[in-house]
Amino acid sequence: MSSPVPIDLRFAKSHEWLRVAGDTGTVGITDHAQHELTDIVFVELPAAGRKVKAGEACAVVESVKTASDIYAPASGEIIAVNAAVVKDPALVNSAPYGDGWFFQLKLAVPAEAEALLSPTDYAKQIGG
Amino acid sequence: MPNPLKRTPLFAAHQRAGGKLIEFGGWEMPVQYSSITDEHFCVRRAAGMFDISHMGEVLVSGPAAESFLNATLTNDLRKLTPGHSQYTLLCNERGGVIDDLYAYRTGAADFLLIINASRITEDFAWLEKQLAAFPQRGAVTLQNVSEHTAAVAIQGPKTPGLLDQLFPEAKPSGLKKNQIACGKFGGVQIAIARTGYTGEDGFEIIAPATIIESLWDTALKLGHPFCLQPCGLGARDTLRTEMCYPLYGHELDENTTPIEAGVGFFVALDKGEFIGRSILADQKQNGVTRKCVAFKLPEKSAPPRPGYAIWSTGPDARAIGHVASGTQSPSLNTGIGMGFVPPEFAAVNTPLEIEVRSRRWPAVVAAKPLYRKPAA
Repeated sequence: MSSPVPIDLRFAKSHEWLRVAGDTGTVGITDHAQHELTDIVFVELPAAGRKVKAGEACAVVESVKTASDIYAPASGEIIAVNAAVVKDPALVNSAPYGDGWFFQLKLAVPAEAEALLSPTDYAKQIGG
Repeated sequence: MPNPLKRTPLFAAHQRAGGKLIEFGGWEMPVQYSSITDEHFCVRRAAGMFDISHMGEVLVSGPAAESFLNATLTNDLRKLTPGHSQYTLLCNERGGVIDDLYAYRTGAADFLLIINASRITEDFAWLEKQLAAFPQRGAVTLQNVSEHTAAVAIQGPKTPGLLDQLFPEAKPSGLKKNQIACGKFGGVQIAIARTGYTGEDGFEIIAPATIIESLWDTALKLGHPFCLQPCGLGARDTLRTEMCYPLYGHELDENTTPIEAGVGFFVALDKGEFIGRSILADQKQNGVTRKCVAFKLPEKSAPPRPGYAIWSTGPDARAIGHVASGTQSPSLNTGIGMGFVPPEFAAVNTPLEIEVRSRRWPAVVAAKPLYRKPAA
């Protein structure tokens, strides 16, 4: 079953989304990803202030069955993390594009967002 | 592909039911249909059905079948009257576990062994080798019928009523725990056992591969009022981990004895000679260097996973063992698991730490089973 892909986001092949507002990027995982993982029981987020490179593993999401790395879709400094999702990991399942966001980045290379998949291309990747 | 994954006769049924398929011990099996948590609670509260056709079946018959098996397996088969079964282990001369299995006595001189899918070749080769050296080998026949035999496990508190509808002549609700009886489905003979791997009441149905899909479909149809759902290996693993049932390759292997793994209860040292006996007797008497314990993490900890290091606590904290099985317990809503530690760390309430991605999380040794059914 394909889930609707929001049109205002960019996507990594590894199923993270990036929402860009000025030089700030918000990151989470897609509805397709949460659906594949099912039952998120634990989320580990990077420390604020950490500098990450695009493609770097910087968070972990755990379902009942397994632990999966989350990769930064763009480079930058972590400026905020979502404490609510650490407290209630099920938010990733219920609101992957909303309250289930992971962290915010101060984007170091704004052009990196353009290199990510468009909503149409991501929908194609997941067979939508 | 040189070694394609094997499929059970229920493969098409899993695809129809939307099962997510993964590799397990050389087989392509459903890990989940809806979600692991959903299927887990379905078994704890109502009824769930698992395909266990990948498991192996060996028939052992003949006037000397009992004495052959009693010299080969750890538990005492003489305690079984026809129609009863027991959990038992197949050990090598070092007391290491070749497999753990259920032995069903289907007649005075007939036994059915249900063995792990990943161990069929090893088990059968070992049994044949032992039989070749057995003095009364002429009075025992061994038959590996795994290829043509399928099985499903229907587990959960609502299953007795469902089973009586599925097999009205056999009336399976009259069976006691660990009993096995013959039944019929579509005119074909099958076996129904009140056994399972979930900690709930339930049944395992062993049937010819040719009829299993029809049995599966009929059970799903009749199971609707009982909230029966198909369940995958994911829920099977969380259910058995909550009960602290060992899984071959995790708590048990050829270099681990039943005593170390905490299943010494199923080793009958008083029954006479059997393979591995002297080492197991010595370990029971003099102790072991490592023990499989159950442990629990507080809420909101990272789930423990197989292979993670177990640490002692305090100023002399050091790595003392490893996690054998670990998961997030749906029933307890915390990380749980089993792992091997030196015996001085095996007492209930001993504090431990589990290393998850270079950070150590507090844990505590807990009594087995980790999950106990709330009093009704």
